[in-house]
Amino acid sequence: MKHIRQLEDQSVFILREAYKHFDHLAMLWSMGKDSTVLLWLARKAFFGHVPFPLIHIDTSFKIPEMIEYRDRLAREWRLNLVIGQNTAALANGMNHTNGRVECCTALKTNGLKLLMDEKGYTGLILGVRADEESTRAKERYFSPRDKNNEWDFRDQPPELWDQFKTSFPPDTHIRIHPLLDWTEINIWEYIKLEQIPFLENLYLDQGTGSRYRSLGCAPCTTPIQSTAKTVDAIITELRNSNVAERAGRAQDEGRGMELLRKEGYM
Amino acid sequence: MSIDTPTSETMNIVIVGHVDHGKSTLLGRLYADTGSLPEGKLDKIQAICRQQGKEFEYAFLFDAFLEEQEQGITIDTARTFFSWGNRHYIIIDAPGHKEFLKNMVSGAARAEAALLIIDALEGVKEQSKRHGLLLSMLGVKQVTVVVNKMDLVNYREDVFASIEKEYRVFLEQLKVTPQYVIPASAKQGVNIATSSPQTPWYQGPTVLDSLGHFQLETARTEQALRFPIQDVYKFDARRILVGRITAGKLNLGDHLVFSPSNKSANVQTIEAFNIDPSPMHAQAGQSVGITLDEQIFVERGEIASQHASSPLVSTCLRAHVFWLGQRPLTLNQNYLLRLATREVSCQVTAIHRIVDATDLDDIQTESKVQRNEVADITLRTKSPIAFDVYADFEVTGRFVLVDHYDVSGGGIITERVHDEQESLRTEARERDSAWVKGVVGPEERAQHYGHRSAVILFAGSDTTSKAFLARKLEALLVAEGRHAYLLDAENLRRGLDADLSETQATEAVRRYGEVAKLLTDTGLLVISTTNSFNRPTSEVIQTIQTLVNPTNVVTIHMTKEIPLLQEDADLTFAGPENFEDCAHQVIATLKQKGILAESLGTHPEFQYSI
Repeated sequence: MKHIRQLEDQSVFILREAYKHFDHLAMLWSMGKDSTVLLWLARKAFFGHVPFPLIHIDTSFKIPEMIEYRDRLAREWRLNLVIGQNTAALANGMNHTNGRVECCTALKTNGLKLLMDEKGYTGLILGVRADEESTRAKERYFSPRDKNNEWDFRDQPPELWDQFKTSFPPDTHIRIHPLLDWTEINIWEYIKLEQIPFLENLYLDQGTGSRYRSLGCAPCTTPIQSTAKTVDAIITELRNSNVAERAGRAQDEGRGMELLRKEGYM
Repeated sequence: MSIDTPTSETMNIVIVGHVDHGKSTLLGRLYADTGSLPEGKLDKIQAICRQQGKEFEYAFLFDAFLEEQEQGITIDTARTFFSWGNRHYIIIDAPGHKEFLKNMVSGAARAEAALLIIDALEGVKEQSKRHGLLLSMLGVKQVTVVVNKMDLVNYREDVFASIEKEYRVFLEQLKVTPQYVIPASAKQGVNIATSSPQTPWYQGPTVLDSLGHFQLETARTEQALRFPIQDVYKFDARRILVGRITAGKLNLGDHLVFSPSNKSANVQTIEAFNIDPSPMHAQAGQSVGITLDEQIFVERGEIASQHASSPLVSTCLRAHVFWLGQRPLTLNQNYLLRLATREVSCQVTAIHRIVDATDLDDIQTESKVQRNEVADITLRTKSPIAFDVYADFEVTGRFVLVDHYDVSGGGIITERVHDEQESLRTEARERDSAWVKGVVGPEERAQHYGHRSAVILFAGSDTTSKAFLARKLEALLVAEGRHAYLLDAENLRRGLDADLSETQATEAVRRYGEVAKLLTDTGLLVISTTNSFNRPTSEVIQTIQTLVNPTNVVTIHMTKEIPLLQEDADLTFAGPENFEDCAHQVIATLKQKGILAESLGTHPEFQYSI
């Protein structure tokens, strides 16, 4: 498990850099496996404390169990939970039938933008991984966003020797990606190693021959065929699979993700 | 992925080389020929190519951005994940276009080994050499050269041999020996994953096999300890110093010395979350937290080490830098230097030469280093920093320079340059390490007195009432219940300095510094003017600073006229009339700096927590 500990050391270092350099710092938590590992790493880095708020952008279409799990951990781990929602878009009837990219933009990208404007965060920690999809493979650990939350991927700052971009002009912010070097298998290996509580009812097969591999909104996330009932079984299954992780995520089709992420999607 | 097996090794490899020499194609081919692509990825990209009416290229697999595919070039570094044999690889595809050199550097800085690609038809080009030079500066010592597109030269051995010879000669000047030089065709899959009958004259490994021959770097744990302090946490009763060990090992009970402050204490515990029992030692690479047996005030940026093998300390160093900034690196301008966790303002005081990447010749120099150039320079930092020479310690031997908001260049330290304070600093270091401590430490005194010790110096031109204000301040502080004392240099003249002649002013300043050191060790606020020293003010301040280090020296500059901005002063007064008010401003500054507690009593409150 040495390579998992190496990943942990790097992520903890990044989290501590973020905490040192950003007065208005927050972490996105979607209750999925990645951002929950990220939350756990924050508890590692700060010795059981989480010294910044956790943001959940609630699209209102999440699977109910995710909300129960969120509130339980928030209580047990004494988390400062901040919930953002694009209520105006929801009041106007926004949902995935208006188009998946449109829906993601309104409820997630803009939901986040609204909250960022309100709270004035200058540093935002996210659990994106380079192996998830190809634009994330080109991310920096510390990645600047402009006034409109946009990502200028043509002109990313140099990043060398763990010296990150921590100064930035007013009205812009930095996205911090401590999990960039982790793979999907690493995430499960770490969950097992540290015995991190996760949404077992969704990620593990409950006897129906299916389970979720990646969690998003209920209408846009489909379970995969799988009989994995334990974390070990998931790891074995992933080692023998060639199917992309986000194959069950509708917004990834075509060039959807490049466009979404340029605009400020996670 | 089907080839993923449980292993415990991860290695970062970067692919570099001139634009269009086939880096992304080689990467795509490596994945395709080992069955490492996600299901449907090849089909998806092939379908997009058919739809756009262009020929499929393996490079499209990782050039994710629309713009990259349209222009057929890699713009930014991509991390890709690959497993083979008993190892996980993160393979970093770096752009070869000169315009995107900063992205290439970002990729290569993370790597332990590199594949350097050269086009057989085009031969060694500008970026082939520049990338080779940067690899050596970035600390990537293991390099395998791939001569690609051998199909375009009919797999001729003589073409390969001449490129190999030319490039080996180039690398030799950088003291780099390639592990292998491999003839290949990424497009045709020749010598990528399997050996090919096309090159019967070549007996070496394929590109895939050569990856397994790169060695993991493990030597850092065998070095002396380097533990740069990243932060100090007080979330609960524990006061935890955190950071990542960059070299050596750290054990429970070790006696640590912090540089440049020269403070020291023993490791009491190694703290960890969800690890039971708590660790007894830690080593290079690990992010750790420790507590000390003494409450000493240590800040981010200091480097902990064992006493016998401390890092160097100076304000002056010589380095090789590569510059990536939009604006050129210019003499005598301010930049922020970041070395490990330390940040300090600096200036370039000399540019000795610019290195021409293509022939490694020196260009006789100028006052600027342009974008993408490599130069040999001398840097001067505003205050002393702890560092190492790069040849001895990798992480603490290198730094980046920040211009405005951006990391704009990187450098490796080639030597320490002695500054004027060198001998005094050594004196202070040796004196501190042999210091016999009493039972009461400085932090305990601060808690009782409601202030930390400090030296407060009034500087500036004559007849500006420096002495008057100094007395006013002393009186006000004592009336508040603080322990302040005015020590005029004059008071040493006929006693401690009785053996000195008029020409020994430098020694008189040194003695004053040593007396101030003793007084500050008692917890006092020592107040003085720079009047009676008969040496330049900046020299007096620096000498005292070096000798009382790490005690704060607060300087107040007084002038008769409109204030000239005194960069080094903490406060400036121009022709003041209300001295009462000035003294109160000094007190406010002392509070701001965390020297004076807001209130006195059993629990004094400092703006900076101890």
